[in-house]
Amino acid sequence: MQTAGDAALLELCIDSKVYQSADGTPVEVVRGLKLRLEAGSFGALIGPSGCGKTTILKIAAGLDPDFRGRIRAPGEGRLGIVFQEPRLMPWRTVEQNIRLALPAGDTSADLTELIGVLGLGSHLARYPGELSLGLARRTAIARAFAARPDFLLLDEPFVSLDEAVAARLRDELVALTRRTKATTLFVTHDLDVAIQLSDRLFFLSDRPTRIIVEKSLPPPRGVRSRDVVASIGDEMRQLVSRATALSADG
Amino acid sequence: MTRIYSLAVLMAVWAVIAALVQSRLLPGPLTVGATILAEVRSGELPYQMACTLARVICSFAIAMVLGIIAGYAMGRSKTADRYADPWLIVLINMPALVTIIFTYVWIGLNETAAILAVAVNKLPNVIVVIREGARALDPELDEMAKAFKFTWFSRIRHVTVPQLVPYLAACSRSGLSIVWKIVLVVELLGRPNGVGFVLGSAFSLFDMTQILSYAISFIVLMLVVEGYLVQPLERRANRWRRRPA
Repeated sequence: MQTAGDAALLELCIDSKVYQSADGTPVEVVRGLKLRLEAGSFGALIGPSGCGKTTILKIAAGLDPDFRGRIRAPGEGRLGIVFQEPRLMPWRTVEQNIRLALPAGDTSADLTELIGVLGLGSHLARYPGELSLGLARRTAIARAFAARPDFLLLDEPFVSLDEAVAARLRDELVALTRRTKATTLFVTHDLDVAIQLSDRLFFLSDRPTRIIVEKSLPPPRGVRSRDVVASIGDEMRQLVSRATALSADG
Repeated sequence: MTRIYSLAVLMAVWAVIAALVQSRLLPGPLTVGATILAEVRSGELPYQMACTLARVICSFAIAMVLGIIAGYAMGRSKTADRYADPWLIVLINMPALVTIIFTYVWIGLNETAAILAVAVNKLPNVIVVIREGARALDPELDEMAKAFKFTWFSRIRHVTVPQLVPYLAACSRSGLSIVWKIVLVVELLGRPNGVGFVLGSAFSLFDMTQILSYAISFIVLMLVVEGYLVQPLERRANRWRRRPA
């Protein structure tokens, strides 16, 4: 049995990540980033756009081996990922897209519940080209959970959705992460959403990116009221601007 | 409907000109039709067509398989592309006739040489098209497949092949027509049977009725293959695309 012991937590240490820009000069995007996240908890990476959030996520997913540092994925390392764009296979139906992510040897798993929670029941036979962005995002989320992840990565899964759809999807996400107890790392630029969903917040600096402020939030997540979110938000904004000023001086 | 009408007009023009000219060198549609019927009854035409068709299928299959492998490798690996590209350029610019002569001289006047000659003629075209397709593969879907630990087989089947379908369709379409044209030349030069051989013999006798009846029969056969095999396959592969309204 998997216990929530030390072995299961997520550890991400990126000493340095450099990429070659178009004109051939090396650009350091991440330097000295250290992140630890308890097993089963939900962490949010918050940072200005262009600070390398997606780069960090790709490294965490094991999709980019070209960096100095190390990663320890939680649990058995089964990964579920929701990319910023849904990245569905347009030539496969919604159901096939979801099923293809099932762990090997478990291709006939019952997905009724997952599909029910995400409201995809009547769209299973459709192709991604026929879906709205909201439905495509839901399919991508369903696929990530179908992989039965120990480790879930979400890259801005709510961008360019209208507020009502995004709010529903957030609730569904909270319900699913609670039930599956996947260790989740969520990348966003939206502080309020991060506060609403997370157990722990990680604020990123500008390039080269590192974590400047870290903050645990009191449970339970997902049900924080508007006022609570706003007051935590104000507090965090002050902390972050102070830390940014300090690091600029130093 | 328009197509049938258009073909009927073509036949009518042919019939009128043939009737006006009244020459042994331009038989009318009726004469040619009668010859085709007689040749079918005697079993001669089905036999010769089967010989040609078998060669078409073999050389087409060889060219496609080798071309897909080489094209994919060249599209995915810059090193492979740099090394193999000069070979490809030589191959592309090699006249079909030269390849045919080389294989007949080096391998001998046999079936292997005939099929190989045709396959080698078709090969560079497949490589070029599939290379473009492999270059256009979406790296984001690759990442997705890697993140979800797709097996090697399901990556090929669900991610790579569907993206290559338009390229496969393009080169099999153009391929089929190139291949059967070259097969006829190969047969003319060094085989004792097949439509190309019959056309060669008919040419030496100036037997235009024979030439027209075999040519037309083979065109019809290829249209049937196109309409009942290539197009339905393509439609099936493209059923996920939204049809234009």
